[in-house]
Amino acid sequence: MDIDALTGCLASSACLVTQTTSGFIIGMLLFLVAVGLTLIFGVLKVVNFSHGAFYMFGAYFAMTAYQFTGSFALAMLCGAAGTALLGLIFERVFMSRVYGSDVLMQLLVCYAFVLIFDDVVRMIWGPEFKSMGMPAAFQVAPLFIAGGVVPPYYLLLIGVALVAAVVLGLGLARTRIGKVIRAAAHNPGMVSALGINTGLIYGGVFALGGMLAGLAGALAAPVRSLTPGMGFSVLIESFIVTVIGGMGSILGALIGAILIGMIRSFGSLGFPLFTEGLMYLFMVIVLVSRPTGLFGKEVA
Amino acid sequence: MTRTRKPGVSRRTTLAMMGAGAVTFATPWVARAQAKTIKVGMPTILSGRVAQLGTSSRNGVMLEIEKVNAAGGLAGRQIEMVIRDSKGQPQEAARVARELVNTDGCEILIDAEASSGAFAVHEVARDLGVLCLHTNSETSALTADPKQHIPNAFRTARQGVHDSIVGGSYAAAIAKAKGLKRWATCSPDYAYGRDTTGEYVTYLKRFAPDTEIISESWPKLFQPDYTEVVTKILQAKPQALYSCLWGGDLTSYIDQANIYALFSQMEVFAVNMADYTALTVVKNLPKGIHSGNRYIKTYPATPENAAWGDAYKAKYNEYPTNWSWENATAIMLLAEASKKANSADGKKIAEALRGLKIKSPFGADGTVTMRAEDQTLVGYAIGWGTTIPQEPYVPQVQAGDWKTIFELEAEWKKSKGYT
Repeated sequence: MDIDALTGCLASSACLVTQTTSGFIIGMLLFLVAVGLTLIFGVLKVVNFSHGAFYMFGAYFAMTAYQFTGSFALAMLCGAAGTALLGLIFERVFMSRVYGSDVLMQLLVCYAFVLIFDDVVRMIWGPEFKSMGMPAAFQVAPLFIAGGVVPPYYLLLIGVALVAAVVLGLGLARTRIGKVIRAAAHNPGMVSALGINTGLIYGGVFALGGMLAGLAGALAAPVRSLTPGMGFSVLIESFIVTVIGGMGSILGALIGAILIGMIRSFGSLGFPLFTEGLMYLFMVIVLVSRPTGLFGKEVA
Repeated sequence: MTRTRKPGVSRRTTLAMMGAGAVTFATPWVARAQAKTIKVGMPTILSGRVAQLGTSSRNGVMLEIEKVNAAGGLAGRQIEMVIRDSKGQPQEAARVARELVNTDGCEILIDAEASSGAFAVHEVARDLGVLCLHTNSETSALTADPKQHIPNAFRTARQGVHDSIVGGSYAAAIAKAKGLKRWATCSPDYAYGRDTTGEYVTYLKRFAPDTEIISESWPKLFQPDYTEVVTKILQAKPQALYSCLWGGDLTSYIDQANIYALFSQMEVFAVNMADYTALTVVKNLPKGIHSGNRYIKTYPATPENAAWGDAYKAKYNEYPTNWSWENATAIMLLAEASKKANSADGKKIAEALRGLKIKSPFGADGTVTMRAEDQTLVGYAIGWGTTIPQEPYVPQVQAGDWKTIFELEAEWKKSKGYT
């Protein structure tokens, strides 16, 4: 425990800027993965344990596209679009068959696909770790804001995640398709009786969830090593985020992700040997005081 | 009464036929027994973030086994490798090791695990009494701590304290020359990371007493995100940073630290950088990182080492890693020990291994020795230099002096109560 380092940081604008940005970076990547997880749970009532694999595929798709085209924008697009397509296929061919099944069955199917997807990645890209590398446009000196260090790439990452959060939130709240999705989450039978193809909605939501995780993977690719199985640790943290925020709540995922990011960032200063534990401790405190999570009732 | 011979086969003929049959059938059996392959089991990490290192361990072993088998195997018995994936998990490594011996019939274990798994395999070797060569774990305690010692386990990997003595004295010289007094450390939170960093700091301070550690970071092994670690180090504003992160963890860390321009703000000493695994994977390799040699074919600068690196590349289409040479050394030592003992029996090989000195492309003087007292490898080439972003990556390596290593290691063992 190093309380002096923590209080010293809280008293320094430079440190506050650096650590707050760091918290946002960690949190926003987690949010993109967690929001897909929570969206799929909210609408399809499936705990998609294979969700981390979409994050992994997003990273690999982006790296491959970047290797072939040299375009960062295309890499991001391929990461997001590729995983959306994969999500759609996965949902239509496999997941749609276990809707309404026992939760254990759904978890087993998802876990089987975690292993299958890892092996697929191993077969295509090999078992060794890969690095996409930072695009030249972002190989620039970091910005210094109030003495704090902020890399331009991370500003982009935070910006993209925030835009995704706003678009998703407004899309679900204000648009017709958003209303249909929310209606399908509450009463799929009624939506179906109105002549709306619920299968299409389910497939679309799964694809959207996969796309968001894939986008997170693509955005992480320039700064993280890529390896089969890389989605698993992200998945665990995303579950923590969704549990803290409340399963099914998009706002909850956003707030939960930012809180976890801040806990990690500031916790590494004050509690360097207990940063992980701090995260779990926070989850326990939230669940004890509010078993449905912070925004558990606000189902999308 | 006249005895008449009954028609048919006499007792003598029957015995003769039985004898001939026994010889006829027994000869191939004896021949089969002599030609029986010897199975060598190898738990290693073939999946996950360090799978490349596990694969390179396997490659290092297979490259040498081809030569050993072509020369007749271990005392006439061809080596058959049985390789299993431990996924880098200690409990899985132990389970696999036990299964390799008990179910697959392996008579020797090549423990190609990281330190996290090596201690688990060590306990299996202790329990089963099978000859075991630890090839990757560099945690000093594995062979230095007498409590860990078993007569059937050897280590052919480099050792953390050796690296730290050479690295600490190298860093201290630079620290004195450049006035680097405020240091930070960032190493993985497990046996190897903790031990090696502690030893490095001990020798840094011994040779440059006015240095101090102002910040320590212990990210967990295989952590995906180092952002909070990078920013923590930046907050501390050290003049120099030491890290023993390795493999995918190191490349992730470099990618993430790069965009904070961390490498231009302090002198960085990363012991595991000068390995092709990291050197060729990092896209924007920073110039001027100080590193210990892991495997580079230009150090030791001998034709034997270059030829070995090239032979490996020709076969596997990539350069070897630190784990490759450490595993290749295990096979080279096994072959020589078996020759010396004229046996493939584990106990006899173990006896022959103690104190065995062999010619080696990786030796500081062209040889390496399996030191008898603690059954660990000594005499391998060890040095430090700075990186450049293209081949030969570390153009000049300052060689460590084994006389100094031995002296300081003996002191270190004494201070730890290891003697």
